[in-house]
Amino acid sequence: MTTASVPAGDRSVLERSPAARLPDRALRYGLTGLAALILALIAFFFVRLVGESQPALSRFGVFGFALHNDWNVSLDHFGALPLLVGTLVTSFLALIIGVPVAVATALFITELCPRRIRTPVTILIELLAAVPSVVYGLWGIFFLAPKLLPAEKWVAAKLSFLPYVGGGTVTVPNQFVTGLVLAIMILPIVSAISREVMATVPADQKEAALSLGATRWEMIRIAVLPYCRSGIVGGAMLGLGRAIGETIAVTILIGDSPVLGHQLFGQGYTLAAVIANEFGEASGLHRSALFAAGLVLFVLTLVVNGIARYFVLRAARGTRVAPDKAGPDADAGAAAAVGA
Amino acid sequence: MTADGSSPPRAAAPRGRRRGSGDPAAKTNAAPAASEERPLTKQAHAVRLEKLRAFYGRAEQVKGVDLDFHANQVTAIIGPSGCGKSTLVRCINRMHEEIPDAHAEGRVLLDEVDIYGSEVDVVAVRRAIGMIFQKPNPFPTMSIFDNVAAGLRLSGAGRSDLHEKVESALRGAGLWEEVKDRLAQPGIGLSGGQQQRLCIARSLAVDPEVLLMDEPCSALDPIATLKIEDLIDELKLAVTIVIVTHNMQQAARVADRTAFMLSGELVEVGPTNTIFTNPTDRRTEEYVTGKFG
Amino acid sequence: MTPLPADVLAAFAPSAARRRRDRAARGVIAGLTVLALIPLVLLVYYLLRKGLGSWSGSFFTTDPTGATFFKNVSIGGIKSAILGTIEMVALASAIAIPIGVGVAVWLVEYGRAGAFANVVRFFVDVLTGVPSIVFGLFIYITLVITGLVGRGLAGYKGSLALALLMLPVVIRSSEVILLLVPNSLREAALALGAPRWKVISRIVIPTALPGMITGVLLAVARASGETAPLLFTVGGANKTTLGLGAQVNALPLQIYNDIISPTTAVINRAWGAALTLVVMILVLNLIARLTSRRSRVA
Repeated sequence: MTTASVPAGDRSVLERSPAARLPDRALRYGLTGLAALILALIAFFFVRLVGESQPALSRFGVFGFALHNDWNVSLDHFGALPLLVGTLVTSFLALIIGVPVAVATALFITELCPRRIRTPVTILIELLAAVPSVVYGLWGIFFLAPKLLPAEKWVAAKLSFLPYVGGGTVTVPNQFVTGLVLAIMILPIVSAISREVMATVPADQKEAALSLGATRWEMIRIAVLPYCRSGIVGGAMLGLGRAIGETIAVTILIGDSPVLGHQLFGQGYTLAAVIANEFGEASGLHRSALFAAGLVLFVLTLVVNGIARYFVLRAARGTRVAPDKAGPDADAGAAAAVGA
Repeated sequence: MTADGSSPPRAAAPRGRRRGSGDPAAKTNAAPAASEERPLTKQAHAVRLEKLRAFYGRAEQVKGVDLDFHANQVTAIIGPSGCGKSTLVRCINRMHEEIPDAHAEGRVLLDEVDIYGSEVDVVAVRRAIGMIFQKPNPFPTMSIFDNVAAGLRLSGAGRSDLHEKVESALRGAGLWEEVKDRLAQPGIGLSGGQQQRLCIARSLAVDPEVLLMDEPCSALDPIATLKIEDLIDELKLAVTIVIVTHNMQQAARVADRTAFMLSGELVEVGPTNTIFTNPTDRRTEEYVTGKFG
Repeated sequence: MTPLPADVLAAFAPSAARRRRDRAARGVIAGLTVLALIPLVLLVYYLLRKGLGSWSGSFFTTDPTGATFFKNVSIGGIKSAILGTIEMVALASAIAIPIGVGVAVWLVEYGRAGAFANVVRFFVDVLTGVPSIVFGLFIYITLVITGLVGRGLAGYKGSLALALLMLPVVIRSSEVILLLVPNSLREAALALGAPRWKVISRIVIPTALPGMITGVLLAVARASGETAPLLFTVGGANKTTLGLGAQVNALPLQIYNDIISPTTAVINRAWGAALTLVVMILVLNLIARLTSRRSRVA
């Protein structure tokens, strides 16, 4: 494919001039460079983040920082454990409340719903994802939290023997409301992924169950849910990742009390919220500690999302009987549900 | 169709395999139980279709069929692609209506009870009338044992009962010896033919009256096919069997009676031998001699 | 269910307990679905009730005055917030869309299943999961505290943070759509002797365009509502500034700052701003949905 030896006028019809091939090469290398740029960018950010966290991490040690229970700004002492626990508590609360409801909506839409209302219901669930986080915070703090206060007080009083739930003072910004709003926020994504997997259950699996004389619910129990296990777990993990990283709604709704062992209906703190609240005026060691908190948050979401993708991909390839949707499409389908 | 072109269909009928008696003429006998010397394991029920019509939306796929399926006999339904035989059979266990916008009209009588009656629970119908599908479909997340037990567990069978019934179903499907040592292994780990017999065991476990088979061997190799055809011969002693097949040789081998469908209508039905050697309708003759299909 | 006339089917009928469980399970599933929709209804209702009251001509045409603590001083409207959001998101889109689409094109047309492509996909995955506040930190580290482009907060730095946020969404959705373009189309064009770049620009991208626009619009809608990346990159302001070289206001920032105010009037403004933001996002979503109807691939 060289043109070196052929004079310009004698070029055969099968060859193109170097000039004609330029756009192709330019496009190819240009785009490759772009892709490489993305990699470089992320690596760079990660390195800088670690760099900025250095002072705090070297002062307290990595595990000392992450697992020490004392976040004290005035004393310049930073242990992120209460933040970590607050993050995990609110996120798991969101999972416990949100995932069953999300799976139920997915089951309803794919298996039980009359065809005519399928699209409207789907659109309504998706709309929950369109609401920005700050609006959830606004609605949560001025509408939901006050409305739930009497009920929360009642529960705290009735269950006062339970260590974490009852007893203490019930405040308006509190961990429970935070978890509840987070559940609402992760609902659309868990529902979307669940719907994706449920739609891939082969019809003859469902027919096999029905032809054994199964009721509708029994068919779901035998043929649909076991088939979708991996995918639903993947979707739940993605929701967890989202809940862990959520900043603004949580900051508004959780108060700002970085003390461990708090009440369910009392204030708390999370990694994201502490950064949002304290970064503006922080300096020196404090600021470095906040960067370190950001690093912990980053790594945490990385791990959770990695596990999530493993499950989602396993579902896309796993128990399928007829492999008519090969790799890229299946990933793309799940990816579309995640990214869009 | 031309795959079997080597031996003309007329000669295929007497070449039918083990039928208990070696007498080919015995197959054409009209009285069901008398043609076989083997005693019935269970007296099953007969099915009768009266003016059955099946629709996908507005399109009529099955156009008014009257057909009898005799108790404890194997009835084959043959016909070219798209003639409506699968749709017909799916109306018998009311799976047809699972498809959006599909519905059926007419009567399907299981021993004088119209299963389309307003009082009838469709779940009961499906348990009484089992179905084997074209592609074997054991539940992928379940073991061999659990697959067979699936239907039993729905009706809350007790623990001890379960083992007995699973074993008896697997024996009935001719699979017990092959899997008795690996009941806990996943159902989809078996070969294609074994998977289909597993599905048959699964259906047998709930003790149906009728077994519908929609081209059960079309995804299987010839040896597995033969095994299943032998099995059908045994099964009919306990259940009434309806088998849809595009393979006329198979119909000749396993069926007592054969029905020929064309474009949604029943053209002719009768003892298998008659249909293949001496059909009444010209269209039937053209189909079985391979003039079209 | 009344008893059946003849008893053939009676032996096969499901027990009453099974029927009850079936009905109960279906009821629970339907009930939980309704439960999921209740917050949406309440949210919309409350937004409309509290937000519409704040809407007025001056609401949209005056800047916030920054006076939040005094009862009788005018607090102003949200003009600078709306303009700031529009400017910043526009700049962010101008950065994220070409880069995002470019990377997606590379992934589908050149990288395909290669090792490097898989590494890129992995990193895009990583980016998808990054919490929005960490994007703010990234930009802060690189552009605010270093002397690179001048210290201090600025609108364009916020745009960069938003662009980082939009990037993985654009890449992912564009890749999905480009993969849906049938290979036979590409092959037909190549077989006619077209060079690769023409195949991409004349055949593949035009076919995928409606779907890609949908993905882009959804990314834009998402970026419009984000607050965290702007917190320490933009800072917020009151006056309308048309350039992005200094601190700028933004709708989410305005709402966030107003929430902690003790003055009812300011909180009402927050509701009005929230309603405005939600309406903007819904409009973008609607256009995205309508565009996806015209998609030629999916």
